[in-house]
Amino acid sequence: MADISSNFLGIKSPNPFWLASAPPTDKKINVLRAFEAGWGGVVWKTLGSQVKNVSSRYSAVDYGGSRIMGFNNIELISDRPLAINLKEITECIKLFPDRAMIVSLMADNDRNSWHELIKKCEDAGAMGFELNFGCPHGMTERGMGASVGQDPEIARMVVEWVMEKATIPVITKLTPNVHSVVPTGKAVVEAGTNALSLINTIQSVTGIDLDTLVPNPYVAGKSVFGGYCGPAVKPIALKFLTTIAQNETTSKVPVSGIGGVSTWKDAVEFMLLGASTVQVCTAAMKHGFRIVEDMCEGLNNWMDEKGYAKIEDFIGKSVEKITHWEDLDINYHITAKINQDKCIHCGLCYIACEDTSHQSIKLDYGKPYNTYTIKEEECVGCNLCKLVCPVDQCITMEEHRVAPEYINWKQWQEQGLPLNDH
Amino acid sequence: MIANNRLTEAEYAENFSDIHPAYTNPNAALVDANRCLFCYDAPCTKSCPTSIDVPKFIKQITTANIKGSAHTIFSSNILGAGCSKVCPVEKLCEGSCVYNLLDEAPIPIALLQRYSTEKAIANNWQLFTRKPSTGKKVAIVGAGPSGLSCAFNLSKEGVDVTIYEKESKGGGLMTYGIAAYKVTPEFCEDEVNYILSIGGIEIKYNMALGTDITIAELQSQYDAVYLAFGVGLARKLNVPGEDLTGVVDAISFIYDLRANGYSSVPVGDKVAVIGLGMTAIDAATQAKRLGAKEVSIVYRRTQDEMPCTQVELDIAMLDGCKLIWLAAPKEVLGADGKATHLVCSKMKLGEPDASGRRSPVETDETFILEVDMVIKAAGQMPFEALVNGSSLNNKSGKVSVEDKSVTSINGVFAGGDCVNGGKEVVDAVQAGKDGAKAILNFIA
Repeated sequence: MADISSNFLGIKSPNPFWLASAPPTDKKINVLRAFEAGWGGVVWKTLGSQVKNVSSRYSAVDYGGSRIMGFNNIELISDRPLAINLKEITECIKLFPDRAMIVSLMADNDRNSWHELIKKCEDAGAMGFELNFGCPHGMTERGMGASVGQDPEIARMVVEWVMEKATIPVITKLTPNVHSVVPTGKAVVEAGTNALSLINTIQSVTGIDLDTLVPNPYVAGKSVFGGYCGPAVKPIALKFLTTIAQNETTSKVPVSGIGGVSTWKDAVEFMLLGASTVQVCTAAMKHGFRIVEDMCEGLNNWMDEKGYAKIEDFIGKSVEKITHWEDLDINYHITAKINQDKCIHCGLCYIACEDTSHQSIKLDYGKPYNTYTIKEEECVGCNLCKLVCPVDQCITMEEHRVAPEYINWKQWQEQGLPLNDH
Repeated sequence: MIANNRLTEAEYAENFSDIHPAYTNPNAALVDANRCLFCYDAPCTKSCPTSIDVPKFIKQITTANIKGSAHTIFSSNILGAGCSKVCPVEKLCEGSCVYNLLDEAPIPIALLQRYSTEKAIANNWQLFTRKPSTGKKVAIVGAGPSGLSCAFNLSKEGVDVTIYEKESKGGGLMTYGIAAYKVTPEFCEDEVNYILSIGGIEIKYNMALGTDITIAELQSQYDAVYLAFGVGLARKLNVPGEDLTGVVDAISFIYDLRANGYSSVPVGDKVAVIGLGMTAIDAATQAKRLGAKEVSIVYRRTQDEMPCTQVELDIAMLDGCKLIWLAAPKEVLGADGKATHLVCSKMKLGEPDASGRRSPVETDETFILEVDMVIKAAGQMPFEALVNGSSLNNKSGKVSVEDKSVTSINGVFAGGDCVNGGKEVVDAVQAGKDGAKAILNFIA
């Protein structure tokens, strides 16, 4: 059995799966249920000046008959009195001392407010802080949340205030509502944050009710941009995560990965791109806390199969595998192959290639079943046919190098090699 | 003993309730619709005689475009609702669904088709607009699937259509010749009314060709004529004792059941059904469901050659019908003018015949079944006398056509069972489309 426990800047948890700062972590009853279910830690829902929330608060994007491919919310930070939150945090820690208890913070925009909030939370027993510089709705209109994270200099200033006071690890949570997370990431690392977490939610409109013409979520005939999350945002999160892992400054601090993590496989992918822990919200909101069981078991089995004894053995291993386009090997060439024994003659590969790609699939009409074969000389190896094929391993990509040696785009140009091979 | 009124109303209702109940909620339809892969040049479409664009109409269910879905179906098959209930889909669209090749259940295409088309009929969605009248007039003989399909496709193009129907209701065998647990007479009436709602089609009921009107008369009054009068009663057994009381015809047996109500139809204690086509199954299962104690289906070949599908055979077997393979009626014995026994010859398989199936050969052995009712269901006979009384070229009463629907008489077209001798409803619908196309060409 592999050891899946985590030690994040000294904050220990029995597994690397934390619940993200969100509705599932806004009070004792939820958090205790999460710990009972087996979650390694929680980031308590953001504390700050008390706010009011509206109804409704969530909306979703469904796809192909599946619910909640993407999810958004317009809920603000905790709307419960600070004193109750702090009391419950202390009680949760007492009942589950082996779990990570991080508290998310978003104080008003002055040094004093931050210092006071930090003091109170440390007194309550918090093991670490996560600075909410990412919330993209509501709080931004008050100059908080993503408004802080979108401006590296404001973010730097607030982190400096925090670091003056905090005696426990500080994680700064980054907003993806920027062209790059690196400038703010760099600024806050230089200002002394101990770690980063990303991504927060993405500003979004999930859809519009075609009867009322009001976008979702609906609040008395109106809507606002909400923060988008769930499986749909995972690829965007992984990309931002990679840019942090590849930057000289930001890669010096540990990262907690967030954004559409639903399964142990998602978690491993975040960890391979540099995350030491992952945070989950949407998947738990969809299925309940019980999903953590398979996350732990799946991670454990995968690590055993691959021979990793502890999570540090594989964290960050895929970072170097994402390179620049101009360094890719141009002589690498693959072509598709259709296994006729597995083919069910649905024609999806054919129509995709014929209409939208390179007309590389031959169709021989039959009644009722057509036969489809690859025109190898036309195939550019784009993967499209394999991606649309509904049968596992029916279409495979086979390597047929153009030439044995590695050559990239820069070298290609230097050597004056021909461009037009059509 | 042959008797009617064997069961209570509740028992009749249960026995004749819908064998493939519709979806009870949209979610169930969505789950199935979302499984559809949306195949290109789809095998299901190619296996449908009317070429319904199945992937398209199913995709339209997933996008909540039910009107579009129904329009897609009706564009190819205006009897799409009825066909969703009576088609032997296991050998057509569903039988060729690519999921079969993955050993997974095929998409329930019929059920999804029913979902969209029933909504269209229930809400009387007008999905087609008839072109302004061209002043051209066409007469159609027979308001069955072929005639209705032809009428709809002509009327859509602005042709004024008059249908002459010998019965008092439209729908043909849909209304009068199919097991009630597949389609009810009420449904058939709704479907006919829905088809007629496009306008431009008049049905003259109780008007039989040869009796009330002639082809020549129609030719003189209309720009073209389409014959879709179907086929007649079940083929005769041509054995001694065929005239005894208790020997009945499957077509009239099913007709009575549908036209007059379940409790009015007499059925025997011990029933033998001759034949194993769809009509034989419909007769056997319904005899059982009317309260017959024993029903035996007598078929002269083996399961490998049977004309019905396995799904149909399963219905009969689940209903408790007994199958007697390799047996053919030799004589019906009787007492006091009533059938009491069926003498059968045991058969063996010989050389393949024209259909490619091995033909049954009589042996010397016989056996005797105790019966009080024999239902003849070994194929239907064309209206041979009617056809021979006209100058139509024909083959033993089946109207001969060229180019799908052109008869030997100029301006007279034909299609459906009267041409092919009796196939599926969906084949008749396609024949009606072909006929309409040929007629539009002719009168253009």
